[in-house]
Amino acid sequence: MTGYQRLDVNQVGDVTVIRFRDHKIVEDINIQQLGQEMFRLIEVDGRDKLLLNFSSVDFLSSAALGKLITLDKKMKAHGGALKLSNIRPEIYEVFAITKLNRLFDIKDDEADALAAF
Amino acid sequence: MSEENWIWQVDRVIPNDTGMGRQLLDEVLGQLESQQWSRYDIFCVHLAGDEALVNAIVHGNALDASKRIRFRCRIYPKKVCVEIIDEGPGFDPDSLPDPTTASRLGCPSGRGVMLMRAFMSRVEFHDQGNHVVLEKDRGG
Repeated sequence: MTGYQRLDVNQVGDVTVIRFRDHKIVEDINIQQLGQEMFRLIEVDGRDKLLLNFSSVDFLSSAALGKLITLDKKMKAHGGALKLSNIRPEIYEVFAITKLNRLFDIKDDEADALAAF
Repeated sequence: MSEENWIWQVDRVIPNDTGMGRQLLDEVLGQLESQQWSRYDIFCVHLAGDEALVNAIVHGNALDASKRIRFRCRIYPKKVCVEIIDEGPGFDPDSLPDPTTASRLGCPSGRGVMLMRAFMSRVEFHDQGNHVVLEKDRGG
């Protein structure tokens, strides 16, 4: 898979595993591009099982959270499944405080997430 | 705590530009790192500072390039204080809807002030709401 500037995209069985190239997901222009690349996987490529692996991410803003929420809506509209994994503790705290840990299916690591699809 | 025993400070007026604001915030984070603040404390200041900057530039100054942002910071031995002042009309921070309710959980925006309050030791809004003061106690 080529053509992604913000993502590394790999296929593991029938699950598309996404890793982020940015350690800090904060710049608006990058977040917009990130969103377009993720949305394309669902809307153009028809991927219906996405796993976002956050192992490389050490900071994200609330604007990035907003993009994840939109991704989740698009995935649900397409009848697919979205899971998140490898979120470092301080970023998980952001999800917990905002209660987005209830909206998203978050697993400790990639193996757990792959097994849960 | 005496207002005189600060270790490092910055006080600048900058254009209404997130890139320039983030450069200043990065200076603050670099100073905290050099003074061996914990990674968690630095994350908290980064998160709250970034949310406050975006609020001021995007919502307060409404992306108006003719407006300015004042960014002040003082680092003390056991706390850091960041102040961000915009030229917008202000807002009432207590009137913001709770973003964690079932009806708002799926909204892609509206979490910035909540995150500031959660990750800082004290958050105060002055004037008409266009002057935010963020304080983080070291290890707090």
